Amino acid sequence: MVKRILSVLICALVLLFIYAPILLLVVYSFTESHVIGRWEGFSFELYAQLFRDAEIMQILFNTVWLALAAAGLSTILGTAGAIGIFYSRRRVAKPLQAMSQIPVINAEIVTAISLALLFSMLFLYRTYFSLIVGHMVLCTPFVVLSVLPKLKQMDSNTYEAALDLGASPSQALFRVVIPQIFSGIVSGFMLSITLSLDDYIVTAFTKPPMFDTISTYVYNAVKNGTNSSTPALRALSALIFIVMIAVLLIVNLRARKGAKERRA
Amino acid sequence: MDQLRKEEKIIEIVNVSKVFDETTAVENVSFYVRKGEFITFLGPSGCGKTTTLRMIAGFDIPTSGKILLNGKDITDLPPNKRPVNTVFQRYALFPHYNIYDNIAFGLKLKKVPVTYMNDKGEMYTKMQKLTRREIDEKVKNALAVVDLEGFEKRSVSTLSGGQQQRVAIARAIVNEPEILLLDEPLGALDLKMRKEMQIELKEMHRRLGITFIYVTHDQEEALTMSDTIVVMKDGCIQQIGTPTDIYNEPANAFVADFIGDSNILNGTMVDKLTVRFCNRNFACVDDFDKNEKVDVVVRPEDIEMCPPEQGMLVGRVIGVVFKGVHYEITAMVGRSEVVIQSTQSRKAGEIIGMNIAPDSIHIMKKDLLSNVYDGYITKRNTVCFGDGEFECDVTTLYPGSHLDEEGYLITADGQKLDLTDTDVTVEVGLTDIEISDNAEEGGARGHIVSLIYKGDHYQYIVRTEENEEDFVFDSEDLWNENDYVSVKIRPENIKLRLKAGENR
Amino acid sequence: MTRLHFSRKQLCIPYALFLVLFVAIPMLLILFYAFTDEVEGVLTFTFANFLNFFTSTAKLSTLLMSFTVAIISTALCLLIAYPVAYILARSRLRKKYVLLMLFILPMWINFVLRITALRELLDLIGLLGTENYLNTIIGMVYDFLPFMILPLYTTLEKLDNSYLEAASDLGAGPFTVFAKVTFPLSMPGVISGITMVFMPSMTNYVVSDTLSNFNITILGKLIDQYFTTYDNWHMGSMISIILLVIIFLTMLATGGFKDSEREARGANLW
Repeated sequence: MVKRILSVLICALVLLFIYAPILLLVVYSFTESHVIGRWEGFSFELYAQLFRDAEIMQILFNTVWLALAAAGLSTILGTAGAIGIFYSRRRVAKPLQAMSQIPVINAEIVTAISLALLFSMLFLYRTYFSLIVGHMVLCTPFVVLSVLPKLKQMDSNTYEAALDLGASPSQALFRVVIPQIFSGIVSGFMLSITLSLDDYIVTAFTKPPMFDTISTYVYNAVKNGTNSSTPALRALSALIFIVMIAVLLIVNLRARKGAKERRA
Repeated sequence: MDQLRKEEKIIEIVNVSKVFDETTAVENVSFYVRKGEFITFLGPSGCGKTTTLRMIAGFDIPTSGKILLNGKDITDLPPNKRPVNTVFQRYALFPHYNIYDNIAFGLKLKKVPVTYMNDKGEMYTKMQKLTRREIDEKVKNALAVVDLEGFEKRSVSTLSGGQQQRVAIARAIVNEPEILLLDEPLGALDLKMRKEMQIELKEMHRRLGITFIYVTHDQEEALTMSDTIVVMKDGCIQQIGTPTDIYNEPANAFVADFIGDSNILNGTMVDKLTVRFCNRNFACVDDFDKNEKVDVVVRPEDIEMCPPEQGMLVGRVIGVVFKGVHYEITAMVGRSEVVIQSTQSRKAGEIIGMNIAPDSIHIMKKDLLSNVYDGYITKRNTVCFGDGEFECDVTTLYPGSHLDEEGYLITADGQKLDLTDTDVTVEVGLTDIEISDNAEEGGARGHIVSLIYKGDHYQYIVRTEENEEDFVFDSEDLWNENDYVSVKIRPENIKLRLKAGENR
Repeated sequence: MTRLHFSRKQLCIPYALFLVLFVAIPMLLILFYAFTDEVEGVLTFTFANFLNFFTSTAKLSTLLMSFTVAIISTALCLLIAYPVAYILARSRLRKKYVLLMLFILPMWINFVLRITALRELLDLIGLLGTENYLNTIIGMVYDFLPFMILPLYTTLEKLDNSYLEAASDLGAGPFTVFAKVTFPLSMPGVISGITMVFMPSMTNYVVSDTLSNFNITILGKLIDQYFTTYDNWHMGSMISIILLVIIFLTMLATGGFKDSEREARGANLW
């Protein structure tokens, strides 16, 4: 019994630690107060401010299209790469897999400055090109790592069976191989989206000067001490917390349920 | 099937070899398949049978040689362009499609010529996809052929192994291939299911009238189902023939051992149509040179038991096993073990007589009488061959010669020779090789890759890893396949000969 | 090889080019920049940056402080995450994955927003601006805790109960079972958790900047400063090389971590 109480207590404390800041922000997003800790009555004013703020709306839009573009391109490149690696000989596959590990293991700051060096040399430093490529460097290896295990699980004869039944290599790829590894592709894509949305350091080193994502905007707001003067940001954070938590819970719980039903 | 059609060659394999990363899977294989035939590639794993099948399907392309289909060269044709369909060993059904979509996969891709008439009354042909109705019809028929009517909407994972096997067959035959390739299709099924499917496949072959090329390592399956059997070993064809031919007239000891149970005994031809083995002379029907050493193959069911005084051979029963329909009796005849199958039982220890009819004695050329290698002499006057180094007597190269203190060879007429790097031919008899567990003890090392029981001894092949050199030898000791052993040869048993042109 | 296989292999060509151009070459550029310097507009090969780093007390103390912050953060993460992962993995709750989800959910939410939220909380309780080191460590733990919980949970969950039963059967008490069986068997999770937390704790300067009001400079921040503030890319590259050596050494010490980062990133949960 003591053990049980202790268990519950530990879990509750850690959850409190994790969610206290989030909860604080969400609660104080529903009041007009400029300072957290002073409650000035329930109000949607901050949300109204948020949606009126053209700059923040632009940043939100930037963040989303960047994530979608980077994740989409990474998914295509990474899926093709994983298929290529899977069917290549070890001599080719090993070095490619080793190189894929570099951005995964590396500190983000090192990845970021390495790209800065390259793009300044190519006169492409701080352009949309360097930004998207930077995000792709972060995301693509994770797509490869998500897709490769699915390829390994696949019965390798199914591709040959498709050819045998008259499919051309590309038909066999799209009708037989891709559907079998599709769950890996989807999880690679979702992972890419989250990695891109989450990123600050690579974005900071590759973005065009006048371009901002949520990460860079908020960091700069803190840096310039303007944080408290834009309470609308509080509403933005709160909104993102609520939406993300809801989406993640729904997606994951449904995926779990689906997996269970399939097993049964 | 009429004779004319039977003689039409549908597939012809001409001098085909396939090398994967320096290992030869198929070596210079040539044969042909007649239209409508049920032909089986039979052999142990790694014999090249599946590779041969994959080359016919188009999954692998021969390193050299040609494959002809109806006389046309299809060696480089991709698999999707060949009128050939395959049933895979582990079925390879598409897990993301239901049964209907699996079977309809090929049909949906197919285009057939359809003839139309335009408004001017001219006929023209267009390549067109099959209609939904045609596909439905064909899938339904295919499912009926494999006895799975009504399974269209089921998903692959809900089917048993046997049912998946049937779907795989339906998926292949629905495309009306000229040839159906089957790669150990029954390997994953249990014994009872396998027997049923054997009969069904044979029946399907009869009904469809198309050519079946079948791969198996199960000799019984091959004998039951095939019109023709191709026995393969180490990438080479050992024998091609009807099941009866292969069983009754095996071409060599390997085939005899692989197909059915057999007694393989050492024999010597003592006269025309007379062979001596187990210290008795027997009349036989195979003609070989007098005094030639031969392998004598006698099937266990061809040995008749009789009272000892009436038997040509007399032996003592050492083991009896009941096998359902018959008893398997093992008897010692002198130093040879003989296996007999009979419906009558005997008791262990009993003395029995045995008779063998002349046409039940199958005589085949002995594979090998001695090992021959290319080698060279080292600085230390040892000889290197077969991936190893052995002590030898180099003075045998030059009659009457001897070695001086420094290791130079002094010939009979006083010439001083340095033999280092002299190329020689090395011959070692089958009984002159010993093996040992201790890797350090012998001159060369390798794994036992084959053992064949020959009545009173085993014939082993030890193969080295580096250059795959073989040491073939006879021994009474029992070793296991894949044992890692070292090869010992006494110096006096290594026969050296100078190579032509090397006689300095 | 056959044309048939060639067409599938070709698919890795764009990815291979991508890796060479945007991963391999940039890494080589860092190496190049680290060992060169621009003297009067001419690039010259030099060890000056290397010597400079190891003779500068300021840089060495940054390295030492950064190392200390990372070690303390990692240790705290392990200390907090292990009991949580253990309780979750061993619990017989039918819906324990919902609970697990709650613990690792923040992983997918923008960390800059989470850290600014934490900043507000620290401000509220009066720590902001006074306890810079404490705040930074709290921030690192806050940010990386899920990356420690997940690998630990995964290994502990897979742990076969029969080992524990066998240990108690052989007379081990609960503490001995944990010390001699559970903990050693969970080492792969511990190691991958440490590698997930340690390196970012040395380099993620967003956390230290935000929570120390830009008063603490960790190693990652130092690199950033040489690129953005001091405009000395050669020195920045040299510090990166030193950081890479540290990463490499920790990986050697912990035995590498293969695919564990992907798992820890929660790829399997999507």
